Amino acid sequence: MSNYILPFMVLGIVAYGLVKKIDLYDTFLEGSKESFKMCLTIFPNLLAMIISVNILIDSGILEFLINLLLPLLKVPIEVISLAIMRPISGNATLALLNTIYTKYGVDHFYSLLASTIQGCTDTTLYVIALYYGSIGIKKTRYALKASLLADVVGITASILVCHFLFG
Amino acid sequence: MVSKIWGYFIIIGIVFSLISGNAVKINETILMSTKTSLELLLQIFPVIALWLGIANIATVSGLLEKLAKSLTKVLGPLFPEIPKNHISLSYIASNIIANVFGLGNAATPFGLKAMSSLQELNTDKSKASRSMITFTTINTSGVTIVPTTIIALRILYGSSNPTATVVSTLIATSLATLAGLLFDYLFARRSHE
Repeated sequence: MSNYILPFMVLGIVAYGLVKKIDLYDTFLEGSKESFKMCLTIFPNLLAMIISVNILIDSGILEFLINLLLPLLKVPIEVISLAIMRPISGNATLALLNTIYTKYGVDHFYSLLASTIQGCTDTTLYVIALYYGSIGIKKTRYALKASLLADVVGITASILVCHFLFG
Repeated sequence: MVSKIWGYFIIIGIVFSLISGNAVKINETILMSTKTSLELLLQIFPVIALWLGIANIATVSGLLEKLAKSLTKVLGPLFPEIPKNHISLSYIASNIIANVFGLGNAATPFGLKAMSSLQELNTDKSKASRSMITFTTINTSGVTIVPTTIIALRILYGSSNPTATVVSTLIATSLATLAGLLFDYLFARRSHE
């Protein structure tokens, strides 16, 4: 289904522009040119976020802390790591999802749970840094707090729903 | 808050890796991060260029304005500070639509446009406005009906039912979004008092 969305969106927009008799080609170029400026603004934000998140993840401190918690929890370490890293790094959690699929099999309960956690929320920290950074706002007020609390609800809901549906 | 977290991640990460004898790895991480971020920029740059072009056609032709008018009723109550029929509603809606169908790439340019048009309405340019926070809360709680990446990955791993997690994801993501909107509303009220 999602293979049809994109072509239809482009078709609809271009066809509407044609009907309204605007200069399609020049209008496209004019909008597209803005991307240079936008990318120049977001690059420092990307760089800053990636350096900081990668240092934290590669240091191994998260695994260290999770290992301390592990005896208290019933799910494997990869699933807990995925839940904890989900708001911080999309790439790290996608890699973990691959590991879980390989280790337990793609249709295992852990894999279904991990897929649900991966899909239920976005990489919060990245979005906040990128979106507010792109317009030069440093004072994000309660933005991160509200989003992270929503992530906690999403992850908790994933665990409950998966136990109910697949458990 | 982001600024503090950024600092803590770096300090905790480096100190821990020095203690645990991981200095070589962290050295590589710092050097590689610059390369990784450039690669990421090169990945999203052409996509942004494409969608800003398409979005400009939608803006100039008046399509986005029309969309905004029809969306004012639906999105208006969530964004009481945005004036009726304002174009930022169209960008917000386009971002949400792209996310709902799992088109993360198309969602980013619309999201960035939404932020810059919300900044035009913002009274204090150095601080996040209430509308911005509501928007990023909806965005980060990830309203996804078709989790394309996960379905593709599950097919790749030979799943007997690649779409098995669509329903569970939809329930979890809806609850997260609703909770996010509730927290957003409560925090907004508290910061207003």
